[in-house]
Amino acid sequence: MTTLTQEFTKGIVQENPVFRLILGMCPTLAVTGSTLNALGMGVSVIAVLLCSNIVVSAVRNVVPAKVRIPAYIMIIATFVTIVEMLLSAFAPDLFEALGIFIPLIVVNCIILGRAEAFARKNTIGRSVIDALGIGLGYTLSLTLLGVIREVFGAGSILGYPIMGAAFEPMGVLAVAPGAFITLGILLGLFNYLFKRLGIE
Amino acid sequence: MSLLAIIFVAILADNIVFNQFLGICPYLGVSKRLETSLGMGIAVIFVMAMSAVVTWLVYNYILFPHLVYLRTIVFILIIAGLVQLVETILKKTNPTLFRALGIFLPLITTNCTILGVAILNVQAEHNIIETIVYSISVAVGFTIALVIMAGIRERLDLANVSSLLRGAAVSLVTAGILSLAFMGFKGMMTL
Repeated sequence: MTTLTQEFTKGIVQENPVFRLILGMCPTLAVTGSTLNALGMGVSVIAVLLCSNIVVSAVRNVVPAKVRIPAYIMIIATFVTIVEMLLSAFAPDLFEALGIFIPLIVVNCIILGRAEAFARKNTIGRSVIDALGIGLGYTLSLTLLGVIREVFGAGSILGYPIMGAAFEPMGVLAVAPGAFITLGILLGLFNYLFKRLGIE
Repeated sequence: MSLLAIIFVAILADNIVFNQFLGICPYLGVSKRLETSLGMGIAVIFVMAMSAVVTWLVYNYILFPHLVYLRTIVFILIIAGLVQLVETILKKTNPTLFRALGIFLPLITTNCTILGVAILNVQAEHNIIETIVYSISVAVGFTIALVIMAGIRERLDLANVSSLLRGAAVSLVTAGILSLAFMGFKGMMTL
């Protein structure tokens, strides 16, 4: 049995959803044009993942195996709708900026993946730790990408200019091609880093 | 917007993969060989057109205006049900087509382009004709992206790529360059 600490850190390092499992790529590319959007997306995913993991784990002995996938999708869709309503009520700007990618959390493979691979076989406590670890790993990855793209693409961080007046922003990083290329290069860098650290 | 403009924008200028970042998972996963990516593309065209029509009808005649908040849940249910239905019908009536498309159908339920396009249609307030044209165009754009990538990847397998970049990393960088090329079509829209 793995300890709770290991359960938590695996989501950030060994099973990092973006750089190790390569899951949830669509929002990773789409919302990381600015740090704030990346953080907002990460927090929304943590909220949905946490709630869905708790419920899936709680009903794990009740739901028949044959209909478990539709049941999980319904559970996830319910929490996504709640997050959608909360965001549009309390953070309308963020809701506007993330747009279609909030309802699309339903089909984010990370969340269904954790329900299927973890929450349905583990206790509620462990599922909570797992959700927090994976969610944090996802948020950190998104934020890293967001910071890189915002600093070099717009010369600012969270909207505050930091690069000085002489800095010429690399506009391409803020638009679609920059997202693909930055993530591709980061993936290569992390492969190198993991190899050096001996994590397979 | 005229129908021709919708087709042009959906296929080229706002390509679903290169510009809207939807369907990246199948794009990275299925685009290894030309045949499979073509099969996936055709399955997506088929399901996308059907789901767009059904979700449009349900949204405009049942959910609107009082139950709009149920959109996400109802749409994903419709899509999952529809994919299952298509699979069952194809299996019974057209086994040849089923063998060709069958393995792609379960994958499509979790393909975010299908849900994404259903929501985009509703958000853009398309009428039923625009919905059909837009959905098919988006799916054609997706197929084109997949086929282009498969062609490049077949060559890439023979190239000497660093072991660190092999797989997803080099595919993403390639997608970035393709996306740069597709941005050119955006300029044509302002003419």
